[in-house]
Amino acid sequence: MTPTLSITDQPIDIAAALAAVQTDAAGAVNSFIGTVRNQSGGRPVRRLHYESYDSMALTQLGHVVNQAYEKWPMLQEVAVVHRKGTLELGDVAVVVAVATPHRAESFAACQFIIDTLKQVVTIWKREEYEDGTEWVAAHP
Amino acid sequence: MYAEDMSLKIALFGITREIVGTSVIELPAPAPATVGALLDELRKQYPALGELRSCAVAVNNEYARNDHPLHTVDEIALIPPVAGG
Repeated sequence: MTPTLSITDQPIDIAAALAAVQTDAAGAVNSFIGTVRNQSGGRPVRRLHYESYDSMALTQLGHVVNQAYEKWPMLQEVAVVHRKGTLELGDVAVVVAVATPHRAESFAACQFIIDTLKQVVTIWKREEYEDGTEWVAAHP
Repeated sequence: MYAEDMSLKIALFGITREIVGTSVIELPAPAPATVGALLDELRKQYPALGELRSCAVAVNNEYARNDHPLHTVDEIALIPPVAGG
């Protein structure tokens, strides 16, 4: 039940993240895969640059997963892998995988983890456009 | 009271690193040495920090409230709006 949490500058191995949550006690494995999209608010995006404060990101990720375990005590295994560095269109930026006995909790826990990750985990994203770059969400 | 020579090291990330122009700054501890006083001082020195949607301070990898005390040994970081995922 120790979650697999990591921040990596290497391409994410989706199969490995799914394998990390495999357990005979689970009848459901649910995953979210976040990928790099070619536009943001209608503005074409060329690529993304992710920056991470690794030690705090992992600490906060641990809190998020602990909250998920409190909300869904039947939650079995969790894996969260986030990429950092420069990502091209289509690259995988994040994978969340959870294993639960039944499917309803697997959807709910997976969504909770990715939604809360986006609010508290110390990772920043700079979008690169044809004519410049911008830190996402930095300004009102 | 705090020793006048007490200084704090603050790690900077994302847009705060670009605003300040370096990834770590060292400055004398404000009086009182709290998160709130540190934010006030930094916004005075770097007004662009005040234009951000938010700017939190982390102490030892945890988000810290304005009244949280700061010590030389603490790992302190400025946390601009996060955007993972």
